[in-house]
Amino acid sequence: MTTSTDPAPPTEAVRADAHLAVHLLRLGDDALVLGQRLCQWITRAPTIEEDMALSNIALDLIGHARTLFTLSGHVDGTGRSEDEFAFTRSDREFTNTLLSELPGGDFAVTVSRQLAYTHYAVLYYEALAGCADVRLAAFGERAAREVAFHRMHADNWTLRLGLGTPESSRRMQRGLERIWPYTAELFDEDEVVDHLVEAGTVPSPAPLHSVWERRVSEVVTRAGLTVPTPRWQARGGRVGLHTEEFGPLIAEMQSVYRQFPGGRW
Amino acid sequence: MSAQPTATEPAAQDELLAHFDGLIASGATIEPRDWMPEGYRRMLIRQIAQHAHSEIIGMQPEGAWLTRAPSLHRKSVLIAKVQDEAGHGMYLYSAAETLGVDRAELLDALHQGRQRASATFNHPALTWADTGAIAWLTDGAAVVNQMPLCRTSYGPYARAMRRVCQEEAFHVRQGYDLMRALCEGSPEQKAMAQDAVNRWWLPAVALMFGPPDTAAGGADDRTAALGAAVSRRAITWGIKRHTNDELRQRFVDSCVPQAERLGLTLPDPAIRWNEERGHYDFTPVDWDVYRAALGEDTHWSRQRVAHRRGAHEDGAWVREASAAYAARFGADGSPSEADTEADVAAVEAARDGAGERV
Amino acid sequence: MSRQREGAPASWEVFLRPRRGLAHQHVGSVRAADADTALLRARDLYTRRGDPLSLWVVRSDAVHAVSPDERDPFFTGARHKPYRYPEHFAPLTEKGPDGDHLD
Repeated sequence: MTTSTDPAPPTEAVRADAHLAVHLLRLGDDALVLGQRLCQWITRAPTIEEDMALSNIALDLIGHARTLFTLSGHVDGTGRSEDEFAFTRSDREFTNTLLSELPGGDFAVTVSRQLAYTHYAVLYYEALAGCADVRLAAFGERAAREVAFHRMHADNWTLRLGLGTPESSRRMQRGLERIWPYTAELFDEDEVVDHLVEAGTVPSPAPLHSVWERRVSEVVTRAGLTVPTPRWQARGGRVGLHTEEFGPLIAEMQSVYRQFPGGRW
Repeated sequence: MSAQPTATEPAAQDELLAHFDGLIASGATIEPRDWMPEGYRRMLIRQIAQHAHSEIIGMQPEGAWLTRAPSLHRKSVLIAKVQDEAGHGMYLYSAAETLGVDRAELLDALHQGRQRASATFNHPALTWADTGAIAWLTDGAAVVNQMPLCRTSYGPYARAMRRVCQEEAFHVRQGYDLMRALCEGSPEQKAMAQDAVNRWWLPAVALMFGPPDTAAGGADDRTAALGAAVSRRAITWGIKRHTNDELRQRFVDSCVPQAERLGLTLPDPAIRWNEERGHYDFTPVDWDVYRAALGEDTHWSRQRVAHRRGAHEDGAWVREASAAYAARFGADGSPSEADTEADVAAVEAARDGAGERV
Repeated sequence: MSRQREGAPASWEVFLRPRRGLAHQHVGSVRAADADTALLRARDLYTRRGDPLSLWVVRSDAVHAVSPDERDPFFTGARHKPYRYPEHFAPLTEKGPDGDHLD
């Protein structure tokens, strides 16, 4: 007979929720950190139109992070707010891929990263839209539509830089070479993802990798560029092992928040 | 739809001028292909360009805080705001282009210092509260200034301004809201808000409305006469609707009660209600005050243009690429599969030719 | 000073259908080197608020126009032909023009 004083072992449901919370946080961290990188372009873009375009994309990404963080705090039972996730964690607690945090570079590096990320995000968010969980499905549907526009922007620039001038083509190829070793981490699966996929909670990212490769290769080839075949893959962001440039990014982002403890904004 | 200046016989000039004056007098708008006096065209180009430049340069002080906004909500709001400013710049450049100038010419003039943005932005945004103060005070001043421009006599300018004003209202509200949050927060937050207001009040009240142009507004007789003459011409042409000093008064009248509600002190000891005039008194913006606010020949006046020029120069290769792409594939299309192979070969040949290795 | 000047080579006029039932309206212009990019730009610039339905871009130099100040014969005014307006004729009902609905 079970009495109410027995310590309750974590139920299957609680464990599953913890995994889902981690997964949502990872997706949110990717969106926030990439959005933060794009914010650094604003007032520095090649044209005023591009200031506008990049800020539009950044705005959507920050919006995705907000939804995902809030959901994560809800699912893990802590009720933590979007801002607690963004502003009170240390850089080691962020779980974004290294791809999203790589520092600036020229416009071609940004276009290369946008190409890689948006093609991935469209695939994953479209898959998310088919989730049984209505909150995930609703987010997936909205986010997929937004990143599909970001993908058009990335495809458009890849073609123009690839087929523009010898200089732009050279820079774009270099951008792709720089970015490509960091793309595989987007599709990585670990214990957390495995559990969720097995339970049918979220779609599996790994099988999307080949579709992604086919799609980006098509654009890259059409742009007269070569798809890089890196001999190494960078990993670590998902478990909090970041680049050295990441600390300053987080420190900058949290500086005002941390300067005024208990402040209300 | 660029304007095409047409050579006109002197006899016809009078008739055209009478027609133009008639349109202005009846409150009708002047449209791009209408005949207009050269002075009118020049005054408009100068004013619209300065306005457009101010939007673009004005992105910088707030843009510097995008990466540091202390909540994700505020970050989103600030991105949306800075983005609107880019949009306003583009609406306005596009209006200026209907007068037969090219945006590239105007931006070159800005980059080379032949044209300027409002000196308001020659001041640094030193704290997070500055983003609130800028939005509340300088955008607030801009709205007072710009509302009448929604009815300005030049059609494309008036239409651009209607769009701008609709969006600007959001800027002022969110600035006030940001300041209110700080004022209701910790003492340190409120102190930060007061510090920002101390620094942004004078640029807003002095520079957003231009120099004094009436004796009542603090100008000496000669300046008042000169200012009045300039304003009068702009008013006769329906470009402006009020003197600088009238609009300045309107701004002060709206700000003082707002500052009181926030519990912030506007840094002008002369501010007090004048029952007789039905307005708030404030320190007149005479030429000394105006010049003090200008902040010319400072680090920041150089830095704003240098930042803008840097972005322009760093982006040259990107603009060249889009132009080259359009030249090769036509403005209407993207490359078909068949085109691509030939073009890949062409680019590769070009790369080899340039001795470049990928 | 600049190798490639700011502002792409071509200007495009932008038309927006704000909601169903309305014609596309001219809203302004954008600069872009080609049509695809012009559409992206127009979307970014003119649809940040509301839910517009459709966008057109037309190269500015593809618009052919006439206007009164060229004093060409296009606009001699058509007001002097009152017989083109229904008010010129007797109302169809006793209530006068206000009751004159055929639908």
